[in-house]
Amino acid sequence: MLLSPRFLRSVLKTVATIAVTFVGLLFITFIIGRVMPIDPALSVVGDKASEEIYQAARKAMGLDQPLYVQFFYYISDVFRGDLGTSLLTARPVAEDIIRVFPATLELATIATIFGIIFGVPMGVVAAVNKGRWPDQVVRVLGLFGYSMPVFWLGLIGLLVFYGVLGWVGGPGRLDIFFEDVVPNITGVILIDSLIAGDFEIFGNALSHIILPAAVLGYYSIAYISRMTRSFMLEQLSQEYITTARVKGISEFQVIWRHALGNVMVPLITVIALSYAQLLEGSVLTETVFAWPGLGFYITAGLLSADMNAVLGGTLVVGGVFVGLNLLSDLLYRLVDPRAR
Amino acid sequence: MNAFAKSFAVAALAASVALPTSIGQSFAATPADTLVVANRIDDIVSLDPAEIFEFAGGDLANNVYDTLVTFDPAKLTDGYKPGLAESWTVSADGKTYTFKMRPGVKFHSGNPVTAKDAAFSLQRAVILNKTPSFILTQFGFTADNVKEKIKATDDMTLVMETDKKYATSFVLNCLSATIGSIVDMKTAMEHEADGDMGYEWLKTHSAGSGAYSLRGWKPNENYVLEVNENYWRGAADMKRVFMRHIPESATQRLLLEKGDIDVARNLSPDDIAGLSGSGDVKVEEDLRGRIMYFSLNQDIPTLAKPKVQEAFKYLVDYEGMANTFLRGQYTVHQAFLPLTYLGELKDKPYSQNIEKAKALLAEAGEADGFEVKIFVRNAQERLEIAQSLQNIFAKVGIKATLEVGTGKQILGAYRARKHEIYLGAWGPDYPDPHTNADTFAHNPDNAFEAKNTGKLAWRNAWDIPAMTKETEAAVQESDRDTRAEMYRKIQADHQKTSPFVVMLQKIEQTGLRKNVTGFYTGSAVSSVYYWTVKK
Repeated sequence: MLLSPRFLRSVLKTVATIAVTFVGLLFITFIIGRVMPIDPALSVVGDKASEEIYQAARKAMGLDQPLYVQFFYYISDVFRGDLGTSLLTARPVAEDIIRVFPATLELATIATIFGIIFGVPMGVVAAVNKGRWPDQVVRVLGLFGYSMPVFWLGLIGLLVFYGVLGWVGGPGRLDIFFEDVVPNITGVILIDSLIAGDFEIFGNALSHIILPAAVLGYYSIAYISRMTRSFMLEQLSQEYITTARVKGISEFQVIWRHALGNVMVPLITVIALSYAQLLEGSVLTETVFAWPGLGFYITAGLLSADMNAVLGGTLVVGGVFVGLNLLSDLLYRLVDPRAR
Repeated sequence: MNAFAKSFAVAALAASVALPTSIGQSFAATPADTLVVANRIDDIVSLDPAEIFEFAGGDLANNVYDTLVTFDPAKLTDGYKPGLAESWTVSADGKTYTFKMRPGVKFHSGNPVTAKDAAFSLQRAVILNKTPSFILTQFGFTADNVKEKIKATDDMTLVMETDKKYATSFVLNCLSATIGSIVDMKTAMEHEADGDMGYEWLKTHSAGSGAYSLRGWKPNENYVLEVNENYWRGAADMKRVFMRHIPESATQRLLLEKGDIDVARNLSPDDIAGLSGSGDVKVEEDLRGRIMYFSLNQDIPTLAKPKVQEAFKYLVDYEGMANTFLRGQYTVHQAFLPLTYLGELKDKPYSQNIEKAKALLAEAGEADGFEVKIFVRNAQERLEIAQSLQNIFAKVGIKATLEVGTGKQILGAYRARKHEIYLGAWGPDYPDPHTNADTFAHNPDNAFEAKNTGKLAWRNAWDIPAMTKETEAAVQESDRDTRAEMYRKIQADHQKTSPFVVMLQKIEQTGLRKNVTGFYTGSAVSSVYYWTVKK
């Protein structure tokens, strides 16, 4: 059954794997952070500081300690939920991430919804019409999605839909006059504005998110449609499909219910992975659209040698990846009885 | 095709045809009493004026806080003017300054601005000892003595005693820097924690008397300023200032053309050029303090030869660089003080003369040229300048290789005197000529062990006992004009004899909506002013 010992054991095993992965992630990000040719102490005190102030800063940041001591401190801090203080914002990194993450979550979620709504049907249509023109259209659209630089696509989108047509809001999450009007509860403006019952702000937030989410979502459309197509092709060649057809079940039922139903299981993993990728891969989109999310935060941190911010951000991204993997794994087990 | 689809298609077609012009027409405009600015503000790490040392933070402090001594934004070159101090006197020995406070001024909290607040603020900056504190501590203040040296004798009188005689202009100029901001003592101390004099709180809040108070700040996102209706200069026209962190030039341009922002402060040359045809937008230029130079390490015998140094000064294609790839973002400048500083030197004795450079190299016994490394950080503009130098050096047989690296690598080498030629930029720290004179022309101990890494003369191992004395004398000269003349002389010598080749000074190009007037970026000496803006 659902909570059989075998199922529990496999869950425990997954959790253990995750724990090991996490420590490894901590170690690697730490090492990368320390060997990178940027000097956090120098970026704190500035080029102009005297040797004395510079050395004092190194000491205050613990950079004068041997690497293993620094790693030990780092690990023990992280386990206490302390990701250090950001040089860039002078606030605890954990606090910063709680502030910026909802923006990325909001963007990636809407983008993934785009990806599912368009990607899955496109993949199905392509598979059913394998080799014919709908398949080619989907392929070309997908190819575009893969090869178009997000930066360029974002700017063109802004130019056309915001600059010329004025259909959508410009860069940023809201028109600046709406900033801080509704109370910050979840950090997700679309939700916060609904909680506050302010539909003007909800509409404004929607008009701002639609374009960056579409641009970002385009990439997941490409990925999801391609994967759906190949999963569907595999299913459509199975015997049970032929059986169903012979039984006289309508073609619509065969494709959208039987075949797609069976494809759902691996698709969940694909969507989860794509979602995780959007959560961390939205760096450029966030830059073009001045979207103050995690990608933006990590990039800014990287450019100013703010290693605490970078390590903290990377850890969260890693955590999201691991977490979504776990989630898709669990869903997989729930949806597919054979996996239990 | 139905009627709707048809009209839609026509509209879309028209829009795409009219693309270059229609962007200029604004669909939305910002409210008439609100200023919306796009800028890169990710260098703000603290809003405490005792700690602020970067541009965007200085901009904010300049509008939220007042200083004892300040500038007239419309006449920055006139130098310092009375601010929260209405007047001052200097004792005969030049060491004691007595400031009379301006009466009737109030902080945003409603508390009156007194000499006690002024004393507290300056003491606080010294005691907290953050990076910019040297601007005050160079007058001999320490955490131990500052409460004796800077004190209020009554509510309206502040007395400040320096350790020796300094030029009056030097002292007053330093007080006009961000570190001289006067903080509301009562408000700051109400939020004190662990004896930090309100530091943790002031990092994210404001307690000033300036034209605006801070309504909100989200790091790397935005800040919002609210007008101070009781400002002693009179309430500003712009009731609110919204600052938005927009790192991308193209995005800033789009917002500006669309009318969603009033001012764009980080437009690239390409976007500036693209704006020129737009009727609703204008571009204003202002000189900034950043100097672009290269310097020769004097520990390397070839580079220590005076004729070789002179040859380098004749090799650089100053005008060519300013007019081609730097496209209006820099102007040719050849002295270590930025233009608009007291004692500025406008002479540009050098221009590209390859024959002369060849002759000088021959005189130095280097007719066949030599090999040299140029240390440069991997930033676009610097790399382009480095490549230009590399090409020109090759014409006289100097084979230059570029040693490109990150800040850590290149600055590390520079601070350890391990470079050969260093190509970089330098900006002044406070609005007084001593700031750059101290860096470029002052080197009291050239020994490697002295580790005077803050001084560029030391970093280049340039031993200059005579010029060091002249620089020390200039900072003590009380007559402002004589003092300016002294700096001009030092710079003229420096131009001829130093291993520094100063090439360019930064020009800031700001994109503004046509209706915005009175936006002063602060030139080389100050920060931006919002209270002068009208729409």
